[in-house]
Amino acid sequence: MATQHSRSAARIMMAPAVFVLLVWMLVPLTMTLYFSFKKYLPLRGGDLGWVGFDNYVRFVTSSAFWPAVQTTLVIVGGVLLITVVLGILLALLLDQPMWGQGVVRILVIAPFFVMPTVSALVWKNMFMDPVNGLFAHLWRFFGAEPVSWLSDASLASIIMIVSWQWLPFATLILLTAIQSLDSEQLEAAEMDGAPPLKRFYHIILPHMSRAITIVILIQTIFLLAIFAEIFVTTGGAFGTRTLTYLIYQRVLESQNVGLGSAGGVYAIILANIVALFLMRIVGKNLDA
Amino acid sequence: MGRIQLKQVTKKFGDVEVIPPLDLTIEDGEFAVFVGPSGCGKSTLLRLIAGLEDITTGQIEIDGTDATNVPPAKRGLAMVFQSYALYPHMSVRKNIAFPLRMAKMEQAEIDKRVEAAASVLNLTDYLDRRPGQLSGGQRQRVAIGRAIVREPAAFLFDEPLSNLDAALRVGMRMEISELHEKLATTMIYVTHDQVEAMTMADKIVVLQAGVIEQVGSPLELYRAPRNLFVAGFIGSPKMNFIEGPEAAKHDAHTIGVRPEHIAVSDSEGLWSGVVGVSEHLGSDTFFHVHDTGLAETITVRADGEVGFRHGDRIHLTPRADVIHRFDAQGLRIA
Repeated sequence: MATQHSRSAARIMMAPAVFVLLVWMLVPLTMTLYFSFKKYLPLRGGDLGWVGFDNYVRFVTSSAFWPAVQTTLVIVGGVLLITVVLGILLALLLDQPMWGQGVVRILVIAPFFVMPTVSALVWKNMFMDPVNGLFAHLWRFFGAEPVSWLSDASLASIIMIVSWQWLPFATLILLTAIQSLDSEQLEAAEMDGAPPLKRFYHIILPHMSRAITIVILIQTIFLLAIFAEIFVTTGGAFGTRTLTYLIYQRVLESQNVGLGSAGGVYAIILANIVALFLMRIVGKNLDA
Repeated sequence: MGRIQLKQVTKKFGDVEVIPPLDLTIEDGEFAVFVGPSGCGKSTLLRLIAGLEDITTGQIEIDGTDATNVPPAKRGLAMVFQSYALYPHMSVRKNIAFPLRMAKMEQAEIDKRVEAAASVLNLTDYLDRRPGQLSGGQRQRVAIGRAIVREPAAFLFDEPLSNLDAALRVGMRMEISELHEKLATTMIYVTHDQVEAMTMADKIVVLQAGVIEQVGSPLELYRAPRNLFVAGFIGSPKMNFIEGPEAAKHDAHTIGVRPEHIAVSDSEGLWSGVVGVSEHLGSDTFFHVHDTGLAETITVRADGEVGFRHGDRIHLTPRADVIHRFDAQGLRIA
């Protein structure tokens, strides 16, 4: 029973953790907000005073802003489409009883354990290199001209790399959703005269709808922030500059901390809108 | 219409033979109940008839035509599952309409049939709800509704009442029986509850380990069980089995006496013993009598007002004309 005494004891014991979390979050947030209202150029005069909403206006009106937004949306949308569609198909496949199921499932999860930087470098050097990459060899084997992936099809390449990383996540969540489907429902649909494709469309897909929503929202939050994959492959060139990458360039390459911070605040607002939807859906899931 | 015939049907899962060769005919319009302890193969048998499992050897005929390799949807059978298997994301109306939509029926005809089924099952007020908003009994009725709209040759029920509470179960039992009277369609009903079997069936099929022990009307099975298993399974409380010298007096290895066929007295009787547990149901009282020298306990049904207590010595007299005799193999001696 939670007495007055045990409740206050619990509060005292939770306090250090709460304190650390708050500091961890609040200090950077406050600093970002603080800098976003300043003209702050570390290598060109340092703190040059308050400028109000100047940085916010400049960030949005810069010629790089809308292309960056577009690139971000294309990457997020492309990766979501690929991971969800392939994730559903893979999950259906992995749900079938087969020999070596355990090993196959671990293999499918494996890409998720590889660091983004490492996997991007592996893709860049081992697969997409126009001279020594496996793809180049494959193309030449069929007599075709090797593609310089990261410069000619840069956006598609990055979508491919990121999709490869996030496919296991989507597959895992969707697989557990499929496994929780009552097999009697499928049998009932079979007796009701639904062929396999209609069973998928009318029974399996609606059953997975909530899992699909969760995959989309969680991935969106993480995909809005992808950075390493772009940094080690194209370095933001060839139309692969996302909003995150633009902020990085403003702060570190142009050494304009104020402008970058304003961009950061935009990113925080964007991520929180997505997070709000996510929490509502996950919360609903927990209630049910 | 719906005559179902199984000829030398067997089923193996890997090397395990679940159903040894089995012959069975269910006549058109009959209410057949498969009953047996859990794991006896009764659900497997139903799924074989439905086509959800492939038979290993043998033949299934529906309406005189071979249906052995016909897919489940084309057999013209409808099934009600133990978990109801309703589609949770569809309204009751859409659930019931689902088989018709799959058959590409016209919308007007679908609406007509769904309304008709809903009014038969008292579901008209719930048509726009989701299954999650219904009680167990209502869900059960939706599952039945989904089966009847197809106007199938036969209905298959797989333990449909086992998830309901006792009072609802009695009610649904009556409703299903009435539905059978109204539709006069063949029904096959699987249960482990012999009370359901006795109250609903035209024909009971008692199964044990995939083998048909006996087929017959409820009263045939009650009056003349073919062997010890059927004798013990049909009837509640269980029949008393007595071996040894008392059985030898009747030229049998084992004799069986039903609890309701034993008279109780405090002064005189053929057997005597000490009352152990007594269960008072109001209408009846069941005494579990020990120390009779016949079997470990003898169960006796007496009138609800008979007031023996724990430890009382009572005297028992079986009705001589309803003593069942069995030989050493457990088979009935006529």
